Amino acid sequence: MSEDAKKFLYVNRKAPYGTIYALESLEVVLIGAAFEQEVTLAFLDDGVYQLAKGQETAGVGMKNFSPTYRALGDYDVNKFYVERESLEERGLTEDDLQEITYEDEDDDWAEKPSIRVVNRDEMKKIMSEQDVILSF
Amino acid sequence: MGYQFNGQDIAHDEEGYLTDLSVWNPQLAELIAKDENIEMTPEHWEVVNFLREYYDEYQIAPAIRVLTKALKKTMGPEKASNKYLYELFPYGPAKQACKIAGLPKPTGCV
Repeated sequence: MSEDAKKFLYVNRKAPYGTIYALESLEVVLIGAAFEQEVTLAFLDDGVYQLAKGQETAGVGMKNFSPTYRALGDYDVNKFYVERESLEERGLTEDDLQEITYEDEDDDWAEKPSIRVVNRDEMKKIMSEQDVILSF
Repeated sequence: MGYQFNGQDIAHDEEGYLTDLSVWNPQLAELIAKDENIEMTPEHWEVVNFLREYYDEYQIAPAIRVLTKALKKTMGPEKASNKYLYELFPYGPAKQACKIAGLPKPTGCV
């Protein structure tokens, strides 16, 4: 990571399949990851459903792209912040989210969780620390 | 537009990527490779099979640096260089190997 890497935050607020936002956001993250920026993902409002485990999309005729989130660790994207209040408002807990891990290069490739559940105040702070915020 | 395979016309897009990923099989891969002027060796198959497994697990084709990083882990450092991959697939490992593997063009690959 170069010294002048900018901090990019991708804010995901929409359910995965009703609109194209979630998939577009994921594609932009994948493309952006090639440019070695410091990437963070935030999931709030209905966006928390993007990380729900056990997604089954055959009925809506769309590709289930949820497994792709698990590949992001390979792209050095390993900060997934999920807002606790958004989960609670939807009757969800961290156990309803799929497990996403990355291998820490600086720690003998130990496998570590990428998802961190944070409260609204912490989310505010995370947002204030960014150089660029892209909202989907 | 299509590959002529076993008397069938297998549809592909304007760049040669399969339109229907489910029709892929190893014989068709050999045919696509021939179209790219590539003679498939066990080393080519290692990469192609890896890409298919990766796609199966994550629903995307990996970016080149992800591919080399992963190959380093599974097949050793001597097979994990861009040079090695470009020797196998001269017009771009991501582009050509994915095409042969029957996968879509990798995201972010121009």
